[in-house]
Amino acid sequence: MIAIKTNNLTKKYKDKTVVSKLNMQIESGEFYALLGVNGAGKSTTIKMLSCLISATSGDAEVYSNSIVKNAETVKETISVSPQETSVAPNLSVRENLEFIAGVYGFSKNEAKEKAQKILEDFDMTDVASSRAKTLSGGYKRRLSIAMALISEPKVLFLDEPTLGLDVLARRELWKQIEKLKGKVTVILTTHYLEEAEALCDRIGIMAKGVLKAQGSAQELIALAQAESFEDAFVRIASDEVKI
Amino acid sequence: MRKTLVFASRNTKEILRDVLTLFFGVLFPVVILLLLSAINASIPKEAEMNLFDIENLVPGIAVFGFSFMSLFSATLVSKDRCTSFILRLFTSPLKSSQYIVGYTLPLLPMAIVQSVLCYIVALVLGLEFSANIILAIVANIPAMVLFIALGLLCGTLFNDKAVGGVCGALLTNLTAWLSGTWFDLKLVGGAFEKIANLLPFTHAVNAGRYALSGEYSLILPELLWVSAYAICILIIAVLVFSIRMKQDK
Repeated sequence: MIAIKTNNLTKKYKDKTVVSKLNMQIESGEFYALLGVNGAGKSTTIKMLSCLISATSGDAEVYSNSIVKNAETVKETISVSPQETSVAPNLSVRENLEFIAGVYGFSKNEAKEKAQKILEDFDMTDVASSRAKTLSGGYKRRLSIAMALISEPKVLFLDEPTLGLDVLARRELWKQIEKLKGKVTVILTTHYLEEAEALCDRIGIMAKGVLKAQGSAQELIALAQAESFEDAFVRIASDEVKI
Repeated sequence: MRKTLVFASRNTKEILRDVLTLFFGVLFPVVILLLLSAINASIPKEAEMNLFDIENLVPGIAVFGFSFMSLFSATLVSKDRCTSFILRLFTSPLKSSQYIVGYTLPLLPMAIVQSVLCYIVALVLGLEFSANIILAIVANIPAMVLFIALGLLCGTLFNDKAVGGVCGALLTNLTAWLSGTWFDLKLVGGAFEKIANLLPFTHAVNAGRYALSGEYSLILPELLWVSAYAICILIIAVLVFSIRMKQDK
């Protein structure tokens, strides 16, 4: 089943094309990474797919619902964990989770049950009563992703989920993200090549608003005739390889 | 409606847990009331200066206190806007009107509590107890909505640093000068008085004063003036928030 299908999806700001005629297809339950240097168009793509900004032209379907025509329906099936940590600072971890569940229409009891379940799934029961602003960077990111998941989305967008975290916190978060495999379709943007390689089934490499290539890490290495994934990324992103 | 109430509940917690701001906002008008009453006690009766008599003073200080509600609402909205927390909310099914109602609901009871506190202190300072006190508080509800809406508008337009200046300094001063609380507007007269009468602040104070003095027939025209401003500013706040929802993304 196709989770996301884009059709010439384009975003322009005045004369500047930020995303150009993007065509990609992501299967349900797949982990897909959008990789690229700054200004490649990754975050803009996610913002269009999550209905935060409108496309200049083209369209995309999220589980057969158009982001242009059925944005409200799309919003009910997706969730976003933004680039920066986005939690309510004066609310406890549990309250943050219950709050998001309530905003998505779950009853008070359902919200409580879901919060408890996700606290256990994300190993956060020991900090459940702590105010979000007192958490470490790693725990804040974990909470941010847990908040995105509590509404039971079909598609989860993770925008730079481990940006700014130390190696240990990053690896810990990877473990949490890996647990989602098969349960939800995940589209993540990242600067970290090893993150995309370790977590994702397929990787799309963007440069200057264009999707240059996509495939598994091994397929991209073969495509670029490179020795490592990093070399493959550099060759593809800098147009050394004609695809 | 449940989604709006959930959002309002979150906002209530955010405000109540910011103890320092809450303490300052709710108690500062009481401190001003005590201070001006002390000054009034030192003014000789021969001066025939009755502006600071408690029955004239407390409706003005109550309205002045609402300017701190503007600061609360502006700070809350601008802080949310300046973090990616609002991005998360913007991908949720909440609509712009639900945001505005959700921000307004928790502040209304706080404004009422602030007003009640002012009148309790006024009773201690010699205000005669009567049912008119309750009427004066009720008559100030449109003013409460107006000040909260002004804060929402400022919070939507400015960042978290700028709202401190706009709501914390400019609006509190405008309220103080143009409400007829600190001095009789007729004493200044001219364009100043005309502008003050065009704005809602003095009408809000008058509504409280008339309610307190039992001049019931004079309350409604003042309330209509304030209510019209409150409704207009609230509608503008919703519209501007809707526009900003698109721009902030």
